[in-house]
Amino acid sequence: MSGADLPVLLPYLVLAAAAVVLLLVIAAHRSHTASAGICILGLALAFAALFVAARLAPRSVTPLLRIDGYALFYTGLVLLAALAVALLSYGYLRARDTQPREEYYVLLLLATLGATVIVASQHFAAFFLGLETLSISLFGLIGYPRLQRPPAEAGIKYLILSSMSSALLLFGIALLYNDFGTLSFAALTRPGALGTATLRDLSALTGIALVLVGIGFKLSVVPFHLWAPDIYQGAPAPVTGFVAVVSKCAVLALLLRYFLATRAFDAGTLTLLITLIAVLSILTGNLLALLQDNVKRLLAYSSIAHMGYVLVAFLAGGTLAVEAVSAYLVAYAVSTLGAFAIVGLLSRPDEPHDAESLSAYRGLFWRRPALALVFTAMLLSLAGIPLTLGFIAKFYAVVAGVGAHLTAAVTALIVGSIIGLFYYLRVIVALIQTPTVAVERTAGATERVGSAVVAALLVVLVVFGVYPAPLVSLIQSTAGRLSALPATAALTPYDHH
Amino acid sequence: MMLTWVILVPVIGGGVAVLAERSGTDAPRWIALAAVAIDLALIIAITVTGPAALTAASAHGPWLAETYWRWIPQLGISFRLDLDGLSLVLILLALSLTALSVMTSWKEIAERVGMFHANLLWTLAGIVGVFLALDLFLFFFFWELMLVPMYFIIALWGHERRVYAAIKFFLFTQGSGLVMLVAILALVFIHRRATGVLTFDYFALRGTPLSPRLAFWMMLGFFFAFAVKLPTVPVHSWLPDAHTEAPTAGSVLLAGVLLKTGAYGLLRFVVPLFPQAAHAFAPVAMLLGAISVLYGAALSFAQDDMKRLVAYSSVSHMGFVLLAVFAWTSLSLHGAMVEIVAHGISTGALFIVVGMLQERLHTRDLTRIGGLAAALPRLSALMTVFAIASLGLPGLGNFIGEFLILLGSFSVNRSLTIVASLGLVAAVIYALALIARALHGPERIPPQAHMPLTDVGARETTVLAVLSAAILWLGVYPRPLLDAVATGLGALQSAAGVTMTSASGSGAQRTPGSAPGGDYSGVPVRYSPHSAGPAP
Repeated sequence: MSGADLPVLLPYLVLAAAAVVLLLVIAAHRSHTASAGICILGLALAFAALFVAARLAPRSVTPLLRIDGYALFYTGLVLLAALAVALLSYGYLRARDTQPREEYYVLLLLATLGATVIVASQHFAAFFLGLETLSISLFGLIGYPRLQRPPAEAGIKYLILSSMSSALLLFGIALLYNDFGTLSFAALTRPGALGTATLRDLSALTGIALVLVGIGFKLSVVPFHLWAPDIYQGAPAPVTGFVAVVSKCAVLALLLRYFLATRAFDAGTLTLLITLIAVLSILTGNLLALLQDNVKRLLAYSSIAHMGYVLVAFLAGGTLAVEAVSAYLVAYAVSTLGAFAIVGLLSRPDEPHDAESLSAYRGLFWRRPALALVFTAMLLSLAGIPLTLGFIAKFYAVVAGVGAHLTAAVTALIVGSIIGLFYYLRVIVALIQTPTVAVERTAGATERVGSAVVAALLVVLVVFGVYPAPLVSLIQSTAGRLSALPATAALTPYDHH
Repeated sequence: MMLTWVILVPVIGGGVAVLAERSGTDAPRWIALAAVAIDLALIIAITVTGPAALTAASAHGPWLAETYWRWIPQLGISFRLDLDGLSLVLILLALSLTALSVMTSWKEIAERVGMFHANLLWTLAGIVGVFLALDLFLFFFFWELMLVPMYFIIALWGHERRVYAAIKFFLFTQGSGLVMLVAILALVFIHRRATGVLTFDYFALRGTPLSPRLAFWMMLGFFFAFAVKLPTVPVHSWLPDAHTEAPTAGSVLLAGVLLKTGAYGLLRFVVPLFPQAAHAFAPVAMLLGAISVLYGAALSFAQDDMKRLVAYSSVSHMGFVLLAVFAWTSLSLHGAMVEIVAHGISTGALFIVVGMLQERLHTRDLTRIGGLAAALPRLSALMTVFAIASLGLPGLGNFIGEFLILLGSFSVNRSLTIVASLGLVAAVIYALALIARALHGPERIPPQAHMPLTDVGARETTVLAVLSAAILWLGVYPRPLLDAVATGLGALQSAAGVTMTSASGSGAQRTPGSAPGGDYSGVPVRYSPHSAGPAP
């Protein structure tokens, strides 16, 4: 690493510096507003630093990190999502008497740093480092309102299950190292021949399987999904949004980079395994979501299904897969954050639980039409209805799937979408029904910040849902450059007349 | 650009209607009417100023107007709208029925009036988009989009089991739409492999060389979506629920226009994109059509709920359309267009009449009412007109449609046509049963009725009078309609027709007005009903 690498690393350095500065400020003077301000400023500066880094990208910084368009795109996505979470958390924490509130933002910055490191890793050491930074901060965030039972319980559960999966991941990495003598993705290409594994490959095969288990846990795909509903339900709503969006997007981005770098798409066994995981996630997630009366759990199961949909796009391999996965993750991030933002805004500070039971949403249209409208838009986006980004994303995923002849996966996606409609519509119906319980309005600054975030998310959702061309070209010019594989040629638009 | 405005006007009108609710409940109604009127004026202006393709073949082919913008160029998706006679007729039908829906729900809808009319107008915008879009992605976009406001119309302003009906409607139509999406994408990718360009353009995709097996599966994907919308047995079960539970305006739009998007899709996409596959599938599709005709009629007769009765009669009428499309002769296609318009008018009118009865009697149950002719003489007379139109009495629109369909289909599949023609008899039974049970016999008025019963007022009379005049005009002088769609249908036939007609035997005798051999050879030939000649 040389001094010339520093500007490329600027976004990551800014994040780390913001966390340190915040700690020092807290030591000197405790102020919720100041802490939140530093956190938000740090995230915004890190985002601005992306443009500095972009001028020098692509560049490998040590064998660990590769700062290319792909890394910068996902870093940007993670930073914006974290920014939204920070803004939502400010309102959420302000309304509650959780003390102290300041360290929350340190954890948020560190978790974000971990996620950004993951998306830029080209080496298992960097991946594991990033993942642990993310996970350890998440324990704290999930259980942050520690005096209340649901968050504390969720925090402990996540701690145990996440450590378990990290241990498996680490063991898998060790086995791979044993076999290859290196941890750099680019040097791990031999698993391309895994379809014809011999006994000598067994440790490599086991290693990859264990790595997939670890990653599958973070993505909460079936059969590693059991933690998701409980943690989603117990964590404070903004943190749930963070877990659902930031950690999953980062890990999926890594998985895609890993698969492309090691040519794992050529290995029939691995693609078969991922297909199986995708189909199971779609069906299990959607079917279990049907049974839920708890909105947070419902969104948890729906996010399991959504990870399945992303994996369908993922399986296509090649450039189209990168584009489709990126578009899907953007849509997923916007809609999921929007949905959890609404859950947070509707939650009453004096109750231990967030607004999670479906009955709390009955008749929302007649009490708070704006929030209900946004929630409807977010749910329709998750369901993939036109005029929303979710529609474009699902379309992209189906394009990738059909283009790569993934019959089983695309069939599962279609069936899953139909089942999915059913429960999304159930929530929307609840929104427009006559209310059964009276919930009075909470007013004040909480709502102003939160409402602004929600409004911004809605604008993104609709603008890119109607005119996605800028988003698509952004993805193509950044993340889409990742794959140099000749498998799928670049798309040629049809020239009219 | 003008075509874009045809879609934008209802969208904007809907937004204004929501805001206008603050200044009184009547404001949204007038705004909705104004939006529809502006739209009508726009579409007429486009037709009048466009290249005169409506009446004569021109260099432009059948197209009256077009709009083309790049939309998502990276994926070869464009914002492409084209208007031909076919679309024009269907859009005019949609606009007229929306206007009448607004007028008929003047009293029925009292809550959240602004939102209701916004949803009505947004549904209209989606439907108009479906009729105009000729980029397959854009078509799919509108296809899915029009469901959302209709879903809210049923779920929010519907009758007793509205939520169940709304979700069922949404699941059926959205689910089948996704199957179509896969078929669209398969076609796009096959086209890309053959030519190297990624495009969703209808005209580019139309000539894609396909292996028969793949073409068959893709055709089936499209057919499934359109068959659900049409609807045809056995995927019709959403229809009776949705039609019955929807408010009157919703039922009118559903029956009058939304179902027609299915017929339109079959005409515009299934056969022209996959002519050979459609030909191979024709016997099955025609069989489904014939079954729908009889099954719909039989179930219609068995209903006690008046709305359900009318809803099942739609299944029967749409069976004729399915039969006609897959017969794919000039006569049968013209018949299908007449049937589409006539069914829109007569069934829409029947739903309106039933809505008026329900407003007065607070029930739709035929077992609890009877002999209304004495109490409501004018309404009863008008109801009789539409019921008789529905059974296909000569002189009214449906007769022309069904007659042309049967005439055109006879030579293609004699046995199925004969079976379907029994539907005309069955229609007599259910339509007359409706009249007899509701209007004649001893007077029975349910206790919860709004007494004293008032006959139709000026507003209601206007609505029904317009509809009766239209159905009568269509029955006596359908030529303007036939002329309007002739060029469009001719172009569709020449795009697909060579294969469809030549493969179905000696084509000359069943495509009167066409060049010998049934080949339109690119020049749309104007079809005149007067030269139709006797049945073969």
